[in-house]
Amino acid sequence: MPNSRIINVAACLVATVMLTGPAHADEAGIFDEYRAMFGDDNPAIFVIEEGEEFWFASQGPKQATLEACDLGLGPGVVDGAYARLPRYFEDVDRVMDVEARLRFCMEELQGRTPEEVDDRPYSLRGDLGTEMEALVAWLAEKSRDLPIAPGQEHDKEREAYSLGEAVFYYRAGPHDFSCATCHGQEGMRIRLQALPDLTTHEGAAVAYSGWPAYRISEGVVRTMGWRMRACFRQQRFPLLDMGSDVTVALQTYLAVTAAGAPMAAPGLKR
Amino acid sequence: MKITITFVLWLAGCIGFVQAEDMSSALNGGFKAINQVGLDRLEQDTLQAFCSKPREEPGDAAVAAELRQTALASVVLPGNGEYLGSWERGQEVANNGKGLQYSDNPEEANGGNCYACHQLDPAEVAYGNLGPSLTNYGARGQSDVMLEYTWTKLWNTHAYNVCSHMPRFGAQGILTEQQLKDVMAFLFDPDSPVNNQAE
Repeated sequence: MPNSRIINVAACLVATVMLTGPAHADEAGIFDEYRAMFGDDNPAIFVIEEGEEFWFASQGPKQATLEACDLGLGPGVVDGAYARLPRYFEDVDRVMDVEARLRFCMEELQGRTPEEVDDRPYSLRGDLGTEMEALVAWLAEKSRDLPIAPGQEHDKEREAYSLGEAVFYYRAGPHDFSCATCHGQEGMRIRLQALPDLTTHEGAAVAYSGWPAYRISEGVVRTMGWRMRACFRQQRFPLLDMGSDVTVALQTYLAVTAAGAPMAAPGLKR
Repeated sequence: MKITITFVLWLAGCIGFVQAEDMSSALNGGFKAINQVGLDRLEQDTLQAFCSKPREEPGDAAVAAELRQTALASVVLPGNGEYLGSWERGQEVANNGKGLQYSDNPEEANGGNCYACHQLDPAEVAYGNLGPSLTNYGARGQSDVMLEYTWTKLWNTHAYNVCSHMPRFGAQGILTEQQLKDVMAFLFDPDSPVNNQAE
């Protein structure tokens, strides 16, 4: 923990310099230099360790651990589970992503309330990370280098894909934005930020395999669920619910498009 | 490899279509109202619905022509016939990316965020490329036709290009008439850095 705090502070300092610096042009350079300083190290390793601790910690009214949680490969099986999500779960008769499934396990196994689990799933910028972020980081690590292989056997899994694609192209709000506005063409960028084309296998693979990631500019690990929520905020939509059918569908659409590419998370991002 | 082939076959063979009611209930169940942003933001108008076709499927040409006409007919030209405000203020609008997100203060003026997608002042290197470069826009002249064309483009881009990615800055009330005039000046004024580049 002390180490992760120091890195948090360092990351925030760099982020502050970048946010207040005069020339945007230098941003990419500073980020690249800073990233190079890390070498093969990623501050996410501390968060991954925390995630493992959370998995085995007795919590909630039932004072239970998450060890009996079935992420799709059987109760307690964590190796390779993340790469096979989102997928259909018979016990709830719906498709779930990692966050929806973790929330379900926290409620079922530990007896925690939806209100408590949903209260603050994602940390604020420069904040200490959350339990959800730590668990997701650890589970992603347990799928590192494995091919992305979401479920597409069950009807509901295919429906999730179709819904995800429809949501991807759905324009609404005062700015008329959809996901496709920014992520439907190759070689595009907003200001200096490169935008992956999520309609292609290559673009979706880069985007999907790299989340969750340690966000240098924010000093915390961010999940794919958070990324979706932040995109919709920028689209001027309301607050995307963690684990909702919309976020599960979009992640299914992305994961199917990225299928076969190896997971490379937790990654390290700007 | 087998997985890939299976997916390709599946994608080619049985892409389903999502019913509007399913879409609407999924969206309404997937978002929460927060701060000044309500669930009404999820409702589409006719134009948005027409421009939400997956995989950029071509829409019906007759419907597109009608939408273009409707967009054109609804453009409100500046009341006093003056198109150009202050390029300095327009530059601020072009640089400002805030406005209408639930994390933004609704008391503050919205920005146009032009640099997110367009090159303007060439000294600003942090520009996006979703839209064309507008550097030297003023070289196109200040004829009435150019002024009205550009105003219309800012007010409702779909008057010329149905399903353009650009927001309808006037029609959707993102920018005020005065802000639009200021952005116009930033584009047209010979003294604006868009047109008058320091060597």
